[in-house]
Amino acid sequence: MRTFRSRALAAAVLAPLLVVTACGDDDEAPADEGADDQEEPDDGEDEPAEAATLTISKNSIRGGKSTEEAEFIEDWIIPEFESRMAEEGVDVTVNFEGSGADDEDYKTALALDLSTGAGADVFAIDGIWVGEFAEAGYIQPLNQIYDGVDDWDGWSQINEAVQQNMSFNGERYGIPGGTDGRVIYFNKELFAQAGLPEDWQPTSWEELLDAGRALAELDGVIPIQLNAGTPMGEATTMQGVLPMLAGAGARIWEEDSGWQGASEPVQQVLDLYYTIYVEEGLGDPLLQQEAAGRDNSFLQFSEGQIGMLLEGDYLWRSVISPDSDLAPMENRDEVIGWAKIPAIEPGAGVDGQDFVSMSGGGGTVLNPNTEHPELAWELLTFMESEEALLERHAEQPRITARDDVNAQLIDDPLISYIAEEVLPITFYRPGFETYPQVSVALQEATAAAADGTTAADAAADYQATLEGIVGADNVAN
Amino acid sequence: MPTTSPTELQPQGPTSPGGPLRRRGTADDAAGLGRSRASAFVAPALVMIGIFLVFPALWTLYLGVTNWRLTGAAAADPEFVGLDNYLDALTDDRFLNSLYLTVIFVFFSAIAGQMVIGFTIAWVLRLSSKRIRPAVEMLVLIAWILPASVIAWLWLALLDRRSGTLNTILGTEGTAWLLEYPMQSIIAFNIFNGTAFSMLLFGAALASIPPSQLETARMVGAGTWATLRDVVFPNIRGHVLTVMLLVTLWTFNVFTPFLLTAGGPNQQTEILPVFIYRLALQAGELGKGAAFSLIMILINLVIALVYLRVLRERRT
Repeated sequence: MRTFRSRALAAAVLAPLLVVTACGDDDEAPADEGADDQEEPDDGEDEPAEAATLTISKNSIRGGKSTEEAEFIEDWIIPEFESRMAEEGVDVTVNFEGSGADDEDYKTALALDLSTGAGADVFAIDGIWVGEFAEAGYIQPLNQIYDGVDDWDGWSQINEAVQQNMSFNGERYGIPGGTDGRVIYFNKELFAQAGLPEDWQPTSWEELLDAGRALAELDGVIPIQLNAGTPMGEATTMQGVLPMLAGAGARIWEEDSGWQGASEPVQQVLDLYYTIYVEEGLGDPLLQQEAAGRDNSFLQFSEGQIGMLLEGDYLWRSVISPDSDLAPMENRDEVIGWAKIPAIEPGAGVDGQDFVSMSGGGGTVLNPNTEHPELAWELLTFMESEEALLERHAEQPRITARDDVNAQLIDDPLISYIAEEVLPITFYRPGFETYPQVSVALQEATAAAADGTTAADAAADYQATLEGIVGADNVAN
Repeated sequence: MPTTSPTELQPQGPTSPGGPLRRRGTADDAAGLGRSRASAFVAPALVMIGIFLVFPALWTLYLGVTNWRLTGAAAADPEFVGLDNYLDALTDDRFLNSLYLTVIFVFFSAIAGQMVIGFTIAWVLRLSSKRIRPAVEMLVLIAWILPASVIAWLWLALLDRRSGTLNTILGTEGTAWLLEYPMQSIIAFNIFNGTAFSMLLFGAALASIPPSQLETARMVGAGTWATLRDVVFPNIRGHVLTVMLLVTLWTFNVFTPFLLTAGGPNQQTEILPVFIYRLALQAGELGKGAAFSLIMILINLVIALVYLRVLRERRT
C-alpha cells in the first residue's frame, strides 16, 4: 500500500512536469537546429543532404489581395530559384506565407513575429515602417546581416531617392520595390452624362467641387470619394489628407519648423472633408466607416457608382485591371480617366506648385534572425533581378525600383503619366518612427470632420493628440 | 472548503459513541495522506496556476509601468514610467467612454438580454409539449455551440448594407445597420450568442422547484406574476445570482463584437476588450495596454467579490 501510494504520488507530480517539458522541447527543437546551422554555414556545403528552408512573407495571397504577386512568387520565383540552386548543388526549399489582411494588421502580425525572434526569412514591409522596425531592432542594415550585400550590381540601377524609401539613418535596410503616385481617377461615362469634359483637369479645389456638384445631379452616383477615417488606415493619409495638405501649401513635417498642428492648411483640408461629406453631401460618409470600406469603394467605382476617386496607381494596375480578382473592369481603358490633384488655388501648393501628389513605396527586407543569411540574400536579389521584374511586370506594368526595367517596361498610359507628369511634382512622407502614430491622428481628424465636427474643432483635437505623440515642442506654430 | 466540512459533519457525530474523535481525524485528513503528501498532490496544480496565471498577472503589472511599444525604440528598450499609464487611463476620455460603452453593453446584452430572454424561454418551455421543447432548445443551443467567427460571418451577411438579409426582409434597402445602429447590433449579436447558457441554467433551476409549491400556488389562484414573485424567485435566487455573475463576467470580457464592427464606427462600439486590443496591438502601445488590462482585471475582481458577498449573505 505504501509503495503504491508513493508511486502514485510520483506519477501525479511527474505527469504535469512531463507535459511542461514536452512543450518546451517542441519549442526548442527548431532553434537548436538553427544554432547548429549558423555555426557552420561555410562547411555546410560538405553535407548536401542538409536541406535549407526559406520563407517569403508578403501581404498578398492567391485568389485574394494582390493575387498576381502571390501567384508570381509561388509559380515562378520559387520553382525557378529552387531549380537554379539545385543546379549549383544547393538543396533549398522555399515557402510562401501569404496574407490578405489590411496593411496595419499585416504589420502587427509581422512585429509580433519579429519581437519573438521568429518571422519569415524574407519579407515585405512598407517604407514608412522602416524607422520603427529598425529602432525596435526587428530589422538590421542589410550589410550587417550578410557581408556581400554592397557588391550587388542591382544597386546601381536604383536611384538614390527610391533607395531612401528603404533606408534609415543612411543605411540600407532592404531593396525597394518601386514607387508610385496618386491621381484623381474619374469615370468618363458619368462625366459625359453630367456634361463634364472627357479631358477634365481641375486647377483648384473649387473646380473639383464643381464637378462633384454636377455629378450629384445624376441618380445613384456618389460624386467624390475622398478617403477618410481610420478603417482605411494609411490609405486615408496617403490618398486623402497628405495630398490635400500639400495642395494647401504645407508638408506634414518641415525640417525647420516640425510637425503641422492645427495650422491653417490643416484646417482647410478638414474643411474640405466637411464640405464634401457633411455640408454638400458629395461623398458617402458611411462608406468611409465600413470595415471593408476601401474594397467597397473599389467595387463601387468599378461599377460606375462613384464619379471621382483619389487613388494611387495601385488601383489602375491591381484593382480595376481586367485580370484582377478584386474589382475587374473589362472596359477600364475606355471608361476611366485621370487628372492631377490640384492645389487649393493655382500656385498655392507646397513650393508654389499648381498640382501635387504623394508617393511612397515598400520593399523587401531580410530577417536578422535568418538561419541562412547568404541564401536569403540570394533569394532576395533573385526576386529583385532585372529578369524577375521583367517577367513579373510584363503584363502588369508599374514603376519598379530599377531603371533598366522601367526603360523596357513602361508603355502603359497611366503608368507613363505617373512617371512623367506626377513623379516630378510629388512629395514623400517623413521616415520617422512616430510618423505612423501621427498618421492615425490625421485619420481620426478626418473621421471627425466627415462625421460633422467642424474643421476648427477637429483640428484642435488633432493638435492635442499630436502633442501627445511628438511633444509640444516639435509642433509648428 | 476544509473549514466548512467539519461543521457539516459534526451534527452526525454524537449518534455513534467514540465517533467524534475518529471523524475529526478523517475530516482533517480525509484521504489519510498526511500534510506533506497532500501538498505534493496539490503542488503541480499550484505550479501550473503560478506559471499560467500568477506570473502573467505580475508580468502585466510590470509591463503596465513601462512605455513598452510593439515597434520603435521603446520596443527594444522600454523605460520605466511609474504610474503614468494608470493615471492616463483615469483621465483618458477614450478609456472612460469605453468603460461607459461596456457598462451599456453588459447591461443590455447580458442582464436585460441573455438573462431575461433565457429565463422567459425556460419558463415558457417548462410546460410545453415533448416535441416543441427539444426543438426550441436545439435551435437556441446551436447559436451557442457555433464558433463565434462563424456566427459573426452570418451576422455580417444578415446586416450587410448592400445585399443583407435583414434589409431584404424589412425592405429597408441601403440601411447600414452596423454603422447606423452599431451598439444595438452588437447587443443583439451577443444576446443571440449567449442566451442558450441562461436558458439551460434557468431550465435546470426551474426543475428544482418543488412541484407541490407550484401546485399550491395554482390552487390558491395565484396568477403568473404572483407565482413568479412568491414561489419561483425565492427558490432560484442562488441560480439567478450564479447566472448573473457568469454572464456579466463573460460579457464584460467578450471580444467577438470586434468581428462585426472592429470597435467602429468612430469608436462607438469600442468596449473595453476591443479598446485594449486596438491600443496594444493595432496602435502598438503595449505598456498602456497592459496597464488598462490590469484595471480591467480589477473590475472583474470587484464584480466577483460583490457576487460572493451577496451569495454568502443569502446562505447565512
